[in-house]
Amino acid sequence: MADLSSNYMGLRLQNPLVASASPLSHTLAGIRSLVEGGVGAVVMHSLFEEEVALEAERQVALAEAGSESFAESLSYFPEVPGVEAGGRRYLSVLERAATVLNVPVIASLNGTTQKGWTRFAHQMESAGAAAIELNVYSSPGPEASGREVEERHVEILGLVKSSVSVPVAVKLSPYYSSVGEVALRMEEAGADALVLFNRFLHPDIDPETLQVVPGLGLSSASEGRLARTWIALLRQRLDTSLAASTGVDGPDDLAKYLLAGADVVMTTSALLRRGPDYAQVLLDGLSDWMSRKGFTSIAKVRGLLAATPYPGQGAEERAGYVAALRAANANVAGPW
Amino acid sequence: MRATIDGNEAAVSVAYRLNELCCIFPITPSSPMAELADEWSAKGRQNIFGTVPSVVEMQSEGGAAGALHGALQGGALSTTFTASQGLLLMVPNMFKIAGELTPATIHVAARSLAAQALSIFGDHQDVMAVRETGFALLASSSVQEAHDMAAIAQSATLASRVPFVHFFDGFRTSHELNTIELLSDDDLRALVPGGLVLAHRQRAMSPEHPFIRGTSQNPDVYFQARETVNPYYEAVPALVEEAMGKLAERTGRSYHLVDYDGHPDAEQVVVAMGSGAETLRETVRHLVASGERVGVVTLRLYRPFPADALLGALPPTVKRVAVLDRTKEPGSFGEPLFLDVLGAVAEAHARGERDVMPLVTGGRYGLSSKEFTPGMAAGVFAELGRAEPRRRFTVGITDDVSGTSIEYDAALDIEPSGTLRALFFGLGSDGTVGANKNTIKILGDEGLYAQGYFVYDSKKSGGYTTSHLRFGPDPIKAPYLVGKAGFIGCHRLGLIEREEVLGRAAPGATLLLNCEYPADKVWEALARPVQERMIEKRIQLYVVDASRIARDVGLGNRVNTVLQTCFFAISGVLDQGRAIEKVKEAVRKTYGRRGQKVVDANLAAVDRALEGLGRAQIPGQVTSRSELAPLVPAGAPDFVREVTALMMAGQGDAIPVSALPADGTWPVGTAAYEKRNISDLVAEWDAGLCIQCGNCSFVCPHSVIRSKYYDSAKLAGAPAGFRSAPLNARGLPETSYTLQVYLEDCTGCGLCVEACPVSAPGDPARKAINLSWREALLPVERESIAFFESLPTAERSRVDFGTVRGAQFLQPLFEFSGACAGCGETPYVKLVSQLFGDRAVVANATGCSSIYGGNLPTTPWTANSEGRGPAWSNSLFEDNAEFGLGLRLAADHHAALARERLSQLREALGGDLVEGILRAPQRSESELAAQRDRLRELRRYLSVLDTPFARDLESVAEHLLRRSVWIIGGDGWAYDIGSAGLDHVLASGRDVNVLVLDTEVYSNTGGQASKATPLGAVAKFAAAGKTAEKKDIALQAIAYGSVYVARVAMGADPEQTLRAFREAEAYDGPSLIIAYSHCIAHGIEKDGVILRNGLDQQYKAVASGHWPLLRYDPVLRSTGDNPFLLDSPRPRIGLGEYVGRELRYSVLGRSDPVEAERLAGLAQEAVDRRWATYEEMATRPARRYAPDARRER
Repeated sequence: MADLSSNYMGLRLQNPLVASASPLSHTLAGIRSLVEGGVGAVVMHSLFEEEVALEAERQVALAEAGSESFAESLSYFPEVPGVEAGGRRYLSVLERAATVLNVPVIASLNGTTQKGWTRFAHQMESAGAAAIELNVYSSPGPEASGREVEERHVEILGLVKSSVSVPVAVKLSPYYSSVGEVALRMEEAGADALVLFNRFLHPDIDPETLQVVPGLGLSSASEGRLARTWIALLRQRLDTSLAASTGVDGPDDLAKYLLAGADVVMTTSALLRRGPDYAQVLLDGLSDWMSRKGFTSIAKVRGLLAATPYPGQGAEERAGYVAALRAANANVAGPW
Repeated sequence: MRATIDGNEAAVSVAYRLNELCCIFPITPSSPMAELADEWSAKGRQNIFGTVPSVVEMQSEGGAAGALHGALQGGALSTTFTASQGLLLMVPNMFKIAGELTPATIHVAARSLAAQALSIFGDHQDVMAVRETGFALLASSSVQEAHDMAAIAQSATLASRVPFVHFFDGFRTSHELNTIELLSDDDLRALVPGGLVLAHRQRAMSPEHPFIRGTSQNPDVYFQARETVNPYYEAVPALVEEAMGKLAERTGRSYHLVDYDGHPDAEQVVVAMGSGAETLRETVRHLVASGERVGVVTLRLYRPFPADALLGALPPTVKRVAVLDRTKEPGSFGEPLFLDVLGAVAEAHARGERDVMPLVTGGRYGLSSKEFTPGMAAGVFAELGRAEPRRRFTVGITDDVSGTSIEYDAALDIEPSGTLRALFFGLGSDGTVGANKNTIKILGDEGLYAQGYFVYDSKKSGGYTTSHLRFGPDPIKAPYLVGKAGFIGCHRLGLIEREEVLGRAAPGATLLLNCEYPADKVWEALARPVQERMIEKRIQLYVVDASRIARDVGLGNRVNTVLQTCFFAISGVLDQGRAIEKVKEAVRKTYGRRGQKVVDANLAAVDRALEGLGRAQIPGQVTSRSELAPLVPAGAPDFVREVTALMMAGQGDAIPVSALPADGTWPVGTAAYEKRNISDLVAEWDAGLCIQCGNCSFVCPHSVIRSKYYDSAKLAGAPAGFRSAPLNARGLPETSYTLQVYLEDCTGCGLCVEACPVSAPGDPARKAINLSWREALLPVERESIAFFESLPTAERSRVDFGTVRGAQFLQPLFEFSGACAGCGETPYVKLVSQLFGDRAVVANATGCSSIYGGNLPTTPWTANSEGRGPAWSNSLFEDNAEFGLGLRLAADHHAALARERLSQLREALGGDLVEGILRAPQRSESELAAQRDRLRELRRYLSVLDTPFARDLESVAEHLLRRSVWIIGGDGWAYDIGSAGLDHVLASGRDVNVLVLDTEVYSNTGGQASKATPLGAVAKFAAAGKTAEKKDIALQAIAYGSVYVARVAMGADPEQTLRAFREAEAYDGPSLIIAYSHCIAHGIEKDGVILRNGLDQQYKAVASGHWPLLRYDPVLRSTGDNPFLLDSPRPRIGLGEYVGRELRYSVLGRSDPVEAERLAGLAQEAVDRRWATYEEMATRPARRYAPDARRER
């Protein structure tokens, strides 16, 4: 039986499969089902500071509607908590999950203000988060330069790192001009892990109702190629942990990511599509493959097909890599 | 410690700290005491004994009193808070509690009793009605006293074992903000020694030392036993005085059972208690300073009556005494306080203890919070000074019927010059009151004494508010409205035309006007009388376009911050720089909880306010030619023009007694004369797009959308712009259809737009009915409405009652009520009026529906063109089902009498007519019309018959038309306080129709939990989420077998609603309709408009299984069919999708996420379980249901 135990930014995981942020992690029961399904760690859904603030504002406004207007009913609600209670629900689920479940629970945060990033990160740590994953996505507007966006993301990482002592991961976008350079800068700024890549929810349009509808598309296996390419390219250049996200459908996808150099592989779509118990199917498949190939541990698999950055010998490997890419371009199945 | 709080908080702050248990039930104006106690208990605040008091909401005040009695017998220090009829419901227990010498204090925000009408406002009728119970009565006359006397009462009750009612004036004191000194826990400990508490516990029922209490006594001992308590009552005055002494020692605030203020050798003295006494004390100070020999006796302890203290307080020089009662005891020799004082003085004189027997007169004042001003107080002394003062009198009204009222100088102003008096006129929704409360806090923090009193409109939607504020270096003792304001904020231009705005301005007052006109243009925009008044009063006028600033910075219609800033900038109450700094600080504090965005918007509003403020020059003469628009049309009935219009204008105080009905009977249909124009956005019909389905009209809460069809030829006389379309029904060629919006009555709620099923091609957002700017539509639509009204109303017998499409042509006989914009109740009420209104009587429980249905000045229940319409009455909160049953019984009795007389007169009337009437089927509208024709004929015959039987029959002949009795009320009534009565009435088998407008919360008193409140919902008294399931009154009623039951939700299935209403009414027995009514207390909105998604939430309530639609028809059972009809499909969305959109549920997710998850899980289980039960019931054979065992009727 192959040893699936893994290390992700210093966290000891029973296996390299991590449930990434999804609707399943909104409740304790959902997280429990993921853990019972067999995943090695869970990343909770993102806490959006903006959403928390909006919800508070909306709730207080609703509570005050119609108040101070009619003598018999000067208010209609008992005192409603304000923004100060923002995130309480999230933290409560996190706290309970961290206490009762035996896998690391990683909190995910998307802030809008400096205060928000540090406050919520700190509260997540206090609530028992094993680590914090930064979802740095924001819509910068057409005026912002690429460099400004990158600076801001590095700055956020620095802010959070300085306010917590648990490991901090950054979930990267694939749309930086130079993803590799951003990754290096993130490592330099203290990132304990990089998650490749964030998927974005793009709204859709319903031509029947003529309305914009929120879009949530699950990923397909082919989408994993981009992430695997970058993981393979970066593996040898970075000491920081690398998490692969997107495009996991079957056990093979896990194997591919690990071969490329991922420390852990994250999935949402597969678990949403087939249920939390599918995690065990993936892991059993991975284990079978490892046995079949003679790998006794994850460490033996990890990065086996990563691209080497060193000159000399590297040139050959790199050439091999490029050849593979060419082959892939010629519609021949490559390693990824 | 100093704080600015209201009387309710002042009292409960002490009551909470000195008790272990609060048994509560909401009733205005005492509800805030219960709410605060509940809130503090939920937060774990401790009493002085180091424990957290338990707060228990009961089903009625009777229930609260019962629980209080039990808790006291169990040895717990216990209290309750109540008012008005609530206190009366406690009377039976009060006799018991007092009879058993049980220490307790009931805190009462004293309020009028429902007599000729309900009133929520303050007087002493309620406390005077319990003076025989054996409770001691202790009165407070100010906010400070409400705090102090609460402690004195608790101290004295424990020391004396005599229970106390501590009371203060409802609204005037209970809702007045005033700066007071707070009692510390140590002060309270000093007043309530631990030994007394232990003694109370020692007397508790205990199996460790058993005894029996509550025996039945017989003629041999009852009398003597009743006399055993005398020594305890004799001891009370001294014990109260002792407690007052202790309080004075610790705080320096000195009170006595009876206090005298005034000239030491006064010849004229007035005796009073409550807030009126404070006005009298201030007036006496003023009069004595002017050399008058007058005085005032303030009575604090009223029961046991402190005769000795009273006599001691009355200077021996007194020759004339006026005793003022804030109550009315019709038919008595005099009001109670007057009788007590007269008796005490007369007895002392007769026994030789007092040389001079003064002339004692009795006056009534201040009923239902009628103002009692220094002018009135001085008027009482002037009356005493007359050669022959009236024996009995009234002050504050014009009584031209009995001649009781005395004259007074309304302009008398005795307030210290250092007091800044300010008035603010705003709308309920614009935040004016909140901003003023903020201002009071700011100035309180600056060391000033402050007072705030807020007057609200009688309408729940679009009402205006008036804030009366005083600030000064000394404590403010002026429990009456600001009469001469140095500063006036008029927060909406339209309000400037209200008489009181400039009427209450002091000469030279500063007026801040929110309007769109700049300083150099505003003068031209003012009407002639307004200009005239401004010149006469030498007004200093400032303007600011607060509405624009608020919109620009993202605050919508919340103009409060802008106007508050301007107040500080120009009133000079504080140095401007410092004031602005304080306003900003307050903004951060107040809005911080709403998030940085809101804080920033308000901070921007502060800066923009200062930039936008302008001073307008007022010319020396009037330039405007425009007059004030008449409040009601010239063609309105006399009563509306002479009485209603004055009340609408806020001048009801000037109406004399003779102008008012003597028995509480008012004309219907007067709301139609009150064009309130409260919404800038109103519904506008798109005739081309409309499919004439009637949905919009069906759901309109204010009956402003009307439909008619008519001969197209009539359009020849239509004014330009009148909208119409060919009627799209088959078989009626050359017929046109018009959907007319009464836009001056529209509240802009948007429910019609939501209900509209069609969209414009190429523009999905545009419906066949949309919201548009009222101002642009007004000129054309006014003419259109007039023409529309000239068109014939559809004949009822030709209307298809069975469809929403048909029902739109039935005239609503309930229109333009003052309900909230988007109200979820009123569409059902309107439907009753449309379907059955011309032969309906309505018994209406107290609650929202009695307020929007019957709160004067205007009445929404109305009559059709033949003068027929619903006859409506409200008895009480607790007795509505019984009241309605009484109406049914009377109708049945008179119907039987009419049938009997009809038979007896067969010969004279002709057998065909008599048989026709007696055998008439009266189910369909055409059958009813035929019966009306027969009855018309009958009356014609009767008019020429000169026999006693004929007269007898004539008087009851109307009952030969099937009468529809409706019993309408909310869930607070049906599930809680009126539950037992409703149950009994449903079991009676009589033909009544009960409509429960289920908002799942006490809406009218501000959102307290009822037994209809669902599991997991947050409400007042269930702040941590309700932990019991909603009671299923449908199943309870079904159990009887003889009750027609329906659960409906108009927004989910309007046709089912219509079917249920018609079946219920047609069923010859009791019917119960439980109608889902979305409510402002649910916390719902769409696109920022409150309640706009009400119908969608109704749909989701049904789709999630929270509100399964059903009908139970006993008639089906009798024919062997399953009587239980499940009208909604199996739940197709999770409960979360429905509840997640409502604040009442979602707020718990933020305040207590763990509990929210637990309750959400249980709530879903409850929904699943109930659905399974219903599904099973829907498949049962008929025999498994209880049969209708009534005899053939």
